[in-house]
Amino acid sequence: MARDTITGSRIRERRSMAGIRQADLARAVGISPSYLNLIEHNRRRIGGKLLLRIADVLGVEPSLLSEGAEAALIADLREAAADADDAQPELERVDEFAGRFPGWAALLAEGHRRIGALEHTVTTLTDRLTHDPHLAGSMHEVLSMVTAVRSTAAILAETPELEPEWRGRFHRNINEDATRLAESSRRLVAYLDGAGDAGASLTSPQEEVEQMMAARGYHLPELETGQASPDAIVEEATGLDTAAARSLAQTALRLYRADAQAMPLDKMAATLAEVGIDPAALSRRFSVPPVAVFRRLAAMPDEVMPAPVGLVTCDGSGTLVFRKQIAGFDLPRFSAACPKWPLFSALSRPQTPIRRTVTFAGRDPRAFDAYAMSDRIGPASFDHDPLHIAYMLLVPRGAVQPGAPLVGSSCRVCPVEECPGRREPSILVDGI
Amino acid sequence: MGKRVLLIEDEPNIIEAISFILSRDGWSVATHANGHDAVDKVTAHAPDLLILDVMLPGKSGFEILRELREAEPTRGLPVLMLTARGQTKDREMAERAGVSRFMTKPFSNADVLDAVRELVAV
Repeated sequence: MARDTITGSRIRERRSMAGIRQADLARAVGISPSYLNLIEHNRRRIGGKLLLRIADVLGVEPSLLSEGAEAALIADLREAAADADDAQPELERVDEFAGRFPGWAALLAEGHRRIGALEHTVTTLTDRLTHDPHLAGSMHEVLSMVTAVRSTAAILAETPELEPEWRGRFHRNINEDATRLAESSRRLVAYLDGAGDAGASLTSPQEEVEQMMAARGYHLPELETGQASPDAIVEEATGLDTAAARSLAQTALRLYRADAQAMPLDKMAATLAEVGIDPAALSRRFSVPPVAVFRRLAAMPDEVMPAPVGLVTCDGSGTLVFRKQIAGFDLPRFSAACPKWPLFSALSRPQTPIRRTVTFAGRDPRAFDAYAMSDRIGPASFDHDPLHIAYMLLVPRGAVQPGAPLVGSSCRVCPVEECPGRREPSILVDGI
Repeated sequence: MGKRVLLIEDEPNIIEAISFILSRDGWSVATHANGHDAVDKVTAHAPDLLILDVMLPGKSGFEILRELREAEPTRGLPVLMLTARGQTKDREMAERAGVSRFMTKPFSNADVLDAVRELVAV
């Protein structure tokens, strides 16, 4: 049933819920019962003042009865239907369902949203519990201290003839363990509090740098204009708590400054407006390597970008060393990433540009153009094998492309069932 | 002199508490705090029972246990393993390595005493 024909169904539903007889409602709004009957059976269109009067008598917002009122609800229901595996909801009757049973429909939509939120939390926590050595170490430390306290306390409580020397020693031990336990527990809680907010707890110097850049929107005007040096920015930055993080940040900002000098903001903005997000064209236009374009695009302010972009880099071991997140393509914090990312193909084909359109598998599959390329670190040497860093720029593509390779975040949270690259079971396929 | 127990554990206050309760129960207790040379320590000390932590600096309790089971003198040594890692897979790993008894932290003193007595059959 088409959307624009079901206002009557909603009126009938709301009237029944309010316990008002059809004849009473018709009289209250000044129409005949037979005409209201036709409206309620969707045989007459309704709008304007009559709709307002009916809404007033029924005590509901007119929008609840009108055509567009449930657009968001219907969109949610369609999304829930799209995520269904075995159930086959009657999609052609979704409008009727939302109109006749708004409460049930809202409940279903809310349930679907809640499942999505819970899956996200489970994904984050499972990732952390499975791959986070910091968490495992902290838990072990806490349990060991609890064991020591329990054992010592039991000795004190159950040994009445305990010598003063032993008693004093065990009291000191308990005090010492309790102090350590309090501190460890506080750190652990602070760490776990970040479970729902991936950026809230940092575990490595790289992440401190990422967080600093994210807080600045990946764009530093004072570095663009030369008003501040990389060292000065690092000096004043908050959140760079370790010397390693500050050193990494200085290196990253020097590279940023070099890219900004090679591709000044105003010229970059003008060229972007002309050619769009085309790394090859930008590389030719500015006579810079594609990887420099990748970095520069990730540092552009939102207002000059035709679309947001993501960026991820890895070293030769495949370890992710920088992430600029983009909606729809999850870049894992702790786990090893999907081996099907073009990022890793770039490692095996040094300094060769690669472009692949991929579909990121998930509840809401998205298509991306992934531009990847690796670059040598440091000068060439006859005496040492080169080290490489690989870059992958992610540009949203819009509609999912038929036949595009499916990629994921990491195996543990990837829903793709048949994958030759799978390293471990997925909690989304095989359950937790 | 009571039967000999060797305790390999890196948490000093657990070492002190377990040593105390076992000593009061009549056992002769020796201790060691790292995994590097734990196998040598066991071989040299020749205890009647080994209490072994899993997460030790240098070498894990699982590795130590496997090495002990491969050597003739320690193949039948009763080993009580203590660990904060109580998942099924850890328990299974300990069983495959040849553990005699597996106990997860935090445990009670009474449980430790009972296990030690049973394993050495006093």
